[in-house]
Amino acid sequence: MTTTTQLPAAAPDEETAPPAGRAKGGGGTFGRYLLVRFALIFPTIFILVTAVFFIMRATGDPITAAQGGRLPADQLAERIHQAGYDRPLLTQYWEYLGGILRGDFGTTLSDNRPVTEVITTFGSATLELAFYALIIAFLVGVPLGRLAAYHRDKTPDAVLRVFGILAYATPVFFAGLLLKLVFSRWLGWLPVAGRASTGTEIDLAGLDGATGIYLIDVIRLGDGAAIADVLEHAVLPAVALGLLTAGVFLRLVRTNVIGTFGAGYIEAARSRGVPERRLLRTHAYRPALIPIITVMGMQIALLLGGAVLTETTFEWKGLGFQLAEYLQARDFVAVQGIVAVLAVIVAVSNFVVDVLAALIDPRVRY
Amino acid sequence: MAEIPTPTTPGPDAPARRPSRWRRLPVVRQLQQSVGLQRGMLVAGLVISAVFLLAALLAPLLAPYGFSQLRSGDRPFGAQQPPSAEHLLGTTVGGYDVLSRVVWGSRTALLVIIVAVAASIVLGVVIGLLSGYFGGWLDRVLVVVADAVYAFPSLLLAIVMAIVISGGQSDMWGGILAAALSITVIFIPQYFRVVRAETLRIKAEPFVESARVIGASHRRIMGRHVLRNATRSLPLIVTLNASEAILTLAGLGFLGFGIEPTEAAEWGYDLNKALSDVTSGIWWTSVFPGVAIVLVVLGLTLVGESLNDLADPRLRTRRAAAGMPEPMAGAPVVPGGALDAGPAGLSGLEPTEGDPR
Amino acid sequence: MSTTVSGTAPAARPVVQCEDLAVTFATDAGPVTAVHGVSLQVAPGEVLAVVGESGSGKTVTAKSILRLLPETATARGTILVSGKDGTPGENVTTLSAAAVRQLRGRDAAMVFQEPSTALNPVFPVGWQIAEGLLAHGMTSRREARAKAIEIMREVGIPEPEVRVDHYPHQFSGGQKQRIVIAQALVLDPGVIIADEPTTALDVTVQAEILDLLRRCRDEFGTAIILITHNMGVVADLADRVAVMYEGRIVEQADARTLFASPTQAYTRQLLDSVPRLGEGLARAQERAARRPEGWAEQEPVVEARDLSVVYPGRFREPDFVAVDGVSFAIRPGEVLGLVGESGSGKTTIGRAIAGLTRVGGGSLRVLGVELNGVRERQFRPVRSRIGFVFQDPATSFNPLLTIAECVAEPLVVHGRARDAHEARQRVDELLEAVQLPRTYGDRYPHELSGGQRQRASLARALALEPELLIADEPTSALDVSVQARVLDLFDELQRELGFAALFISHDLAVVDMLADRIGVLYQGRLVEEGTGAEVLGAPKDPYTQRLLASLPVPDPVEQAARRAEWERVRAAGA
Repeated sequence: MTTTTQLPAAAPDEETAPPAGRAKGGGGTFGRYLLVRFALIFPTIFILVTAVFFIMRATGDPITAAQGGRLPADQLAERIHQAGYDRPLLTQYWEYLGGILRGDFGTTLSDNRPVTEVITTFGSATLELAFYALIIAFLVGVPLGRLAAYHRDKTPDAVLRVFGILAYATPVFFAGLLLKLVFSRWLGWLPVAGRASTGTEIDLAGLDGATGIYLIDVIRLGDGAAIADVLEHAVLPAVALGLLTAGVFLRLVRTNVIGTFGAGYIEAARSRGVPERRLLRTHAYRPALIPIITVMGMQIALLLGGAVLTETTFEWKGLGFQLAEYLQARDFVAVQGIVAVLAVIVAVSNFVVDVLAALIDPRVRY
Repeated sequence: MAEIPTPTTPGPDAPARRPSRWRRLPVVRQLQQSVGLQRGMLVAGLVISAVFLLAALLAPLLAPYGFSQLRSGDRPFGAQQPPSAEHLLGTTVGGYDVLSRVVWGSRTALLVIIVAVAASIVLGVVIGLLSGYFGGWLDRVLVVVADAVYAFPSLLLAIVMAIVISGGQSDMWGGILAAALSITVIFIPQYFRVVRAETLRIKAEPFVESARVIGASHRRIMGRHVLRNATRSLPLIVTLNASEAILTLAGLGFLGFGIEPTEAAEWGYDLNKALSDVTSGIWWTSVFPGVAIVLVVLGLTLVGESLNDLADPRLRTRRAAAGMPEPMAGAPVVPGGALDAGPAGLSGLEPTEGDPR
Repeated sequence: MSTTVSGTAPAARPVVQCEDLAVTFATDAGPVTAVHGVSLQVAPGEVLAVVGESGSGKTVTAKSILRLLPETATARGTILVSGKDGTPGENVTTLSAAAVRQLRGRDAAMVFQEPSTALNPVFPVGWQIAEGLLAHGMTSRREARAKAIEIMREVGIPEPEVRVDHYPHQFSGGQKQRIVIAQALVLDPGVIIADEPTTALDVTVQAEILDLLRRCRDEFGTAIILITHNMGVVADLADRVAVMYEGRIVEQADARTLFASPTQAYTRQLLDSVPRLGEGLARAQERAARRPEGWAEQEPVVEARDLSVVYPGRFREPDFVAVDGVSFAIRPGEVLGLVGESGSGKTTIGRAIAGLTRVGGGSLRVLGVELNGVRERQFRPVRSRIGFVFQDPATSFNPLLTIAECVAEPLVVHGRARDAHEARQRVDELLEAVQLPRTYGDRYPHELSGGQRQRASLARALALEPELLIADEPTSALDVSVQARVLDLFDELQRELGFAALFISHDLAVVDMLADRIGVLYQGRLVEEGTGAEVLGAPKDPYTQRLLASLPVPDPVEQAARRAEWERVRAAGA
């Protein structure tokens, strides 16, 4: 993802050392890459967390933001003093950083819950939605991208490209609205909103040690109707969010496969009589996969942003839905906490993806 | 040693054939280059973008009513009226005319695009150029910051910024500036990354080294040699970012961080209000603003994608010349389409050396 | 692998028979015919060299044989590729796609110029060798792998059992080219088409690869079509030569005949353009004779003592020592030639003198200024007295400025003119001096050919009448006939203007043409330095001897003798 962690590059001069030398002593390259890349997580988190803190505090203290105008001035001042928001900003900042190091992201103002608890309660729903969406994105985006690359500049490619751009151009909430209109309202096939019908929700509430991921929980319940109910509720939000990502994946795969298809080793393989299909499927695909995976990792951010909108559209009670609620309530402690946690998630998942990409690349592995 | 004759590099004694200034303008040149499907995409994108631009400029003439108008004469429009002769696209739950708000919405979108892109280009280019040219610890810090911001969900960042700038709700210019500046914060890292990467590459080019050998000052090298060469791919990013700006604006509006309906028309806000209509089968309040967003983003993206393809010799289709081997075959792999890859993908998009510009 | 030599029985059917081949490309500017009516034949076990400069159509001809041309190309004529066992071939230009795929690799295989791009970076080399076997009907992966190991041993990869699972980046450039050749050989084709197989390699590695190609013919009985621009390579390997010019074959003859008595003017001109060792001797002696007395005592323009340049390693990687304790001096009006292969540090030395790279240790005095620890402010006045010519004419001009603006740049920077317009008269003089028409000043760099750009580059370097000129591989991107003209121009200007010069090249013969003294660099060290006669006539250092012996000369008879010498040096070194 980053420009600073690119794979080992050539020496600063065009007169590079003979590669033979590197081949002998190259054993530690991957370990070194891993180490550097891992070390980079921390500044990323630090910067985002710091930026969020100071930007949100630039407007004043959270209590005024939430209660300002609704409480008499003396009561407001009293509550601000109690929460410690009248102390110097830097002191508060150090306290906040220290809290994050201990895994404490603060306590919400509106419903007085620790942010970590909010995350664990609602995070599973977002995780479930993101997981469905990713499956759809992979199943739709990757094969279609390869198809488009294979039929480059012919009709199927044109159709697929327009589909890819449309999938990107349609805001996920508008896609959600359209899906609701057609499949819930007009055709009546699928439920309008929510994660499950009330009956299933009640059944799930009685389950011991629920994971919060409904599909797992209903399977443990062993009730066929409940499983169908949960899946029915998941279809529209997953499709809305999945199609957005699928469009991105499609274009990503197409561009990179076409790019590698022009490489010298493709022509070399062709000159040995390797069939065209195999050239595309094996020779062009594997090298293209390295940039594809790296960029796919960056879609985690897109997915999270999209999740906020999708969850709001479908009243899918996840982190994004909750974030929107806190925003409406002007509970900026909660917003700040959730955003900080998301920053950690993004930084760590980008690291994992970069390592995955490096694992496919033998130039880093050896 | 590519031996295939490339008409773009005239032979030793070929007369200098320089296209006119008009033909060398960014988009015009690409339009000339394009063929077949790519030309179709580019033309379609340009047409849609032009319609959008006209709608924004001529909104007072095109829209039947004002964006915050609730009654004509003494008679209120009424809420959630289906499309009729009076209200071609119906009315919203708040009693506004849908068609008018769709048309006026293009003006808001255009203003946000202009402010956001202009602000981020100026800042991004200046910081990227200085950072890439001088390097050092400040450069390293800026890169980490830009990467961190770049990796973060842009919508969330925009929300945080919107809270700060406007406290969430505001009048037209306040709302537009808030949305635009929130988007600017997301875009600066992108421009920074592109310009910095280009600066680093151009800095190592022999023509810059040659200026250094001559003894040219840093200012001269940056201004005369690096800047103009490093910003050649910007038109392309601008179109792609413009579409992202609209999506972010709509997302902000949808979450309730947009502009009050009495101040300006904004498609995302209207979609938010239409959310409950859908359940009762009222479609016209959501479909039309939604389609407006899709069309504008589609148009701008088509233009951007076509420019991207035409700039990349490996993706460019030639007049009946698909897959012609290029001397540029060794160019770095472009990670994804420009949109997905963001600026990182644009390093490979420079025109070939031989291209007449 | 069949090791029976098919022999060159006169009655044998040619492996490749090409009649009246014409190739046309559809381009933006309409159809362009790259190859006109080319006819050639290759007998089994014969090496046919196709030579020509860029744009002559040699690569297009070669690719037509395997129908590897892009979709925009239309080939007409007959190309028959026979099997190694003598099965007659059908016309490749009209064959079905499936039949062409069968033919590729089995009957004719290809070796590419750039081994690092011809190998897929993400698959093990053994897999890539075996893939050809699997594509041609072999079903057992185990057997294919065994074959891959066997062929890797044949082409001289040590420890093939281990290396078979290694990835391309773990091999050196020469080894990669061996693997590419192995990929071709493993299918036992009747003919290998080698497209500039040694152009991307250093000269000592080139000698090894040429040796391997010779073994392909001798031990595997494979015919070779050798596409090259290098007449030395032709003299070393070819049995027969076809000379191409502007898409046509202008002359075709037995190699010895062609070199000894070319019948066509173009062939003669091409052969005359090739720089030959020993040509510069007379020029150097003439220059030495003209020098005033006491010249040897004058203060050197450049003096390096124990110079070292180090590129710091990235995170926890060792530093890279590019130049290691080098000492030399360049006196006023003297041309020092630096020769070395890639990684030898020759470019770094040039850059250090121009103040583009920081001096790491030792002392480097340029025009009286010590560069070790110098500040840009102190060095800037000296810059007007140094000119620099870069290697790649394509990138050494700002693409957005006209040639006149580029050439005027040093005049403007050093205050000799207020802007490019004011400097125009001087620019015109300079363009004339480098034999470019004045009107070229109004053109943009991409509108000039490589040779013209390199002339303009020379004009820019000479704009301030420098006392020192640094030329970093100024002709290595040029065709041989263009190179000859640029070198002549350089020599002429040097005599006229009398500047001292550092001339950097990988080509011994080029350096020999211009230099008064020659320095040989090897892995950052200056292994030998002296006059051309000393270094080339009686090299003392084993590396210089090896370098010299590796250099193929454009004369088949002499080259045969040199090859024997090279084999002796190599055997002694092993």
